[in-house]
Amino acid sequence: MSRRGVYITKRDGMAVVKLDSGYNIGVPPASCSLIEHPAPVAVTQPAVVQNKNLPTLAIVSTGGTIASRIDYRTGSVTSQFNASDILTAIPALKEIANYRTIPLATILSENMTPAIWQELAGAVHAEIKGGATGVMVTHGTDTMAYSAAALSFMIDTPVPIVFVGSQRSADRPSSDNAMNAVCAAAAATSELGEVAVVMHATTNDDTCAIHRGTRVRKMHTSRRDAFQSLGIAPIGEVGYPSQNVTLAKEAVRRGARTLALHDALDPHCALVQFYPGMSPGILKAYEDYHGLVIAGTGLGHTSTTLIPALGRLVEKGTLVVMTSQCMHGRVCDRVYDTGRDLLDAGIIEGGDLLPEVALVKMMWVLGNEKDAGKAAAMMQENLKGECSRRSPHGL
Amino acid sequence: MDYKALGLMAGIEIHQQLDTREKLFCHCPTMLREIADHNGEFSRYLRATVSEMGEIDRAAQEEMKHDRKFRYYTYDTTCLVENDEEPPAPVNDESMAVCLTIAKMFGMTPVPQVHTMRKLVIDGSNTSGFQRTALVAFNGKLPDGGLIETICLEEEAAQRVKDEIFSLDRLGIPLIEITTSPCMYTPEDVQKVAEYIGMVLRSTGKVKRGLGTIRQDVNISIADGARVEIKGVQELDLIAEVVRREVRRQISLLAIRDDLRKCGASVDATGGADVTTLFHETKSAVLKKAKKIHAINLKGFAGLVGREIQPERRLGSEISDYAKKCGVGGIFHTDELPAYGVTAEEVNRLRTCMHAEKEDCVVLVAGTSEKQASCAAGQVILRAKLALSDKPVPEETRKMLENGSTSYMRPLPGAARMYPETDVMPVVIDDTRWEAVIIPELLTTKAERFAAAFEIDRNYALQLAASEKLPLFEQAVQEGIKPKLAAFTILSTTTELRRDGVDIRTVPDQAYLDIWHAVGSGKAAREAIPDMLRKIAEGSSFSEALAQLAPVVSREDLEKIIRNIIADRKDFVAQKGTAAIGPLMGIVMAEVRGSANGKIVSEILKKEINAATPRK
Repeated sequence: MSRRGVYITKRDGMAVVKLDSGYNIGVPPASCSLIEHPAPVAVTQPAVVQNKNLPTLAIVSTGGTIASRIDYRTGSVTSQFNASDILTAIPALKEIANYRTIPLATILSENMTPAIWQELAGAVHAEIKGGATGVMVTHGTDTMAYSAAALSFMIDTPVPIVFVGSQRSADRPSSDNAMNAVCAAAAATSELGEVAVVMHATTNDDTCAIHRGTRVRKMHTSRRDAFQSLGIAPIGEVGYPSQNVTLAKEAVRRGARTLALHDALDPHCALVQFYPGMSPGILKAYEDYHGLVIAGTGLGHTSTTLIPALGRLVEKGTLVVMTSQCMHGRVCDRVYDTGRDLLDAGIIEGGDLLPEVALVKMMWVLGNEKDAGKAAAMMQENLKGECSRRSPHGL
Repeated sequence: MDYKALGLMAGIEIHQQLDTREKLFCHCPTMLREIADHNGEFSRYLRATVSEMGEIDRAAQEEMKHDRKFRYYTYDTTCLVENDEEPPAPVNDESMAVCLTIAKMFGMTPVPQVHTMRKLVIDGSNTSGFQRTALVAFNGKLPDGGLIETICLEEEAAQRVKDEIFSLDRLGIPLIEITTSPCMYTPEDVQKVAEYIGMVLRSTGKVKRGLGTIRQDVNISIADGARVEIKGVQELDLIAEVVRREVRRQISLLAIRDDLRKCGASVDATGGADVTTLFHETKSAVLKKAKKIHAINLKGFAGLVGREIQPERRLGSEISDYAKKCGVGGIFHTDELPAYGVTAEEVNRLRTCMHAEKEDCVVLVAGTSEKQASCAAGQVILRAKLALSDKPVPEETRKMLENGSTSYMRPLPGAARMYPETDVMPVVIDDTRWEAVIIPELLTTKAERFAAAFEIDRNYALQLAASEKLPLFEQAVQEGIKPKLAAFTILSTTTELRRDGVDIRTVPDQAYLDIWHAVGSGKAAREAIPDMLRKIAEGSSFSEALAQLAPVVSREDLEKIIRNIIADRKDFVAQKGTAAIGPLMGIVMAEVRGSANGKIVSEILKKEINAATPRK
């Protein structure tokens, strides 16, 4: 008995065919015969009218799939990116603002590079200069926190720059994309005046948290509330579906900073996690690096055997900054002998900097400050809320 | 009714839960839980997504008419996959094996490479907004020549606790869906096929048992009617009745259409009129609470909206179901008014306001907002127009109500609801795997074997083969217990105890085996079995039950008891002779409270009666 279907693609040596019922099945290609080439079906997209009386938001896309659907030729999910696509997918956005869309890149966020951060900073800066009330950056979640930190250092912004993405793909009815996007748009039109990440605060569809771009980390592989503020509380929240934005008193307000772009970065920096038994030989690979962040154990330690090699890096001019793989808390290398030996070897304590933020900050500091002593001092200064002098109770 | 003449065509979809160790796409147990045991909850919204053709499935669109926030209960036996917070695990292999076994039992052809799809379902019953489903095999045969089109392996949906609250314990339990072609032409055919398929499924020994573990969807159409899918028929006995009632509904809708046309009925498509102010002083609780009330004048519909189309269902019920999709509680219509607190005077004012003539029917919808009221009015107009159209029976998915009538759920879904599940790799079913699938003995074959081997009645054997306790019976026979004893206990004794309110499910299989062995070796009397089971069900151990209820009366004691009983009834015995054995048997058994073997009692009675009666 033969069956009709639409040939879709070849996968693992099988022809994937879509039956009339909508089911796909895989069959040997030799068992299929061509009936006809169907005329391509035009995908109809209703035109969306934007409300010009609302504030203007720029949406810069880096490949985060805020609106996406499967591409049958490749079997992969493709990003749909123009204002109509997005507003058709998420109609509630229409009530918040009118939108300019800037497709900057279509990459998976693990393929992000410092060079793209620079392009992104340039594009965002141009939009703010052009009068945008706020900017939304759609971004894959894997490295969103790195990019948010990078833009925090690279742009002095008077308006909100809000990173947003989704943990569950946009092609599913339960995706967090719509709620995150609506909350991000609300935050981008709010009184906020700094770089932030806006994502689900809990597993419920009721609140998004506004995280400072230099204090946020992806803390779960798949949950909606993967993004957490570390070392400080979130700087605000957005209710859903109310779209009410509440900002903490610590949040930088709209207009507090004057627009400026400082997009120089030194990408010759690295981040290394220490582990028991780590061979000093590994550090040889970093001899040419201008900067190295260590994610040490506990208060900020490596094994004693690693210290001479770290000392040699410092001597040759590498800026070495110690952070902790504990994520929570502050580095202190003055408590134990190992720590004191590390300080003697010339490493710099990274305070309560998150390891990844320390890396991004190091790239920015070394890109903008050529004096080694001043650069080291800057690593310990609070530039964009990335570190603090006090460790408050209750966090 | 001549169903053949009416052009009845019916097919069924059978959904059967599988009894596997783990769920279909995660490693949680396939265990149902008490609602009280839930250890957390969360809430979500679902939104219809566009298909790869840029369309939104019409059934999904219907569910989106008003925003619904769903709440989900979690358990210590559910995980992030049920929460839609973790990608699915690969297809559970045990489930695939059971599915292939069933496919082979129906002589089907397996799909060479099985692809998991997402079937859009946004009524809240799936946290993801879709049900994962895979087509595994096609082209099966039924004994009477009917066709099984497909067998799919799917994940079970979450159970609705109430309203918008769902329980996640059931979500993800493997389910097979068997779809027949529309190869049945009478209500009785449908029931027979459902029974047969159910029997085949149970023959695997790998399907879940009990109410709710098997559900039938029935597809029905008659000539001039339309295909309607009725979901969730749980009781097999109701299937034929569901079919009869659907045929009646379709015939009635066709007749109403003809009558409407005769009356020159028409539906004004411009929308409802705002009549909120007419009801400011109303005594009707529903209308008083409403923020907006809209009225629609259905010209020429008087009397027909209230006409019955199925027991307890009218055309008005159908219109009401459509309106409910906007979140309103239902509708009022002038065929049933004045009633529900609406006075005759209010009805008159409404009729005047709507310029309604005697032959018109005015429908009221009451909403919490203008948006909701106008949405509901639009639905009323849509359904009324359908009633008048060339196709007065809309293609629909319907839900079975308690008695076999049905209510509207949503339009029949289209192919736009299927989307590939990109997170699950395809599964290859090659010749080696297919050939290795072993077909189990059918329960009907097994029953015939039992009937012949153990000399038990054929129907009794069939009941036994279909019983959940079949594995226990087979083990008992293997351990040398008399088949008739085991069969009687499993089928009759337990049923009687259950009727008496004993929770027989708590009795472990081992206790049955212990009891039968005790009876076999003379340590307990056969008559003590019900009381022992009752005692064990109440929490006693087997040995406690044995000690309390089955102290075997020694032959000597028994003879003494019997002699006393005969002595007390000397005249009766003298008069009846050996015919007194029967009546006295009961008295003896009551005296020894079942702790004696009936055969021995009867033997002693006979001897003693003979001894006590003077020979003539």
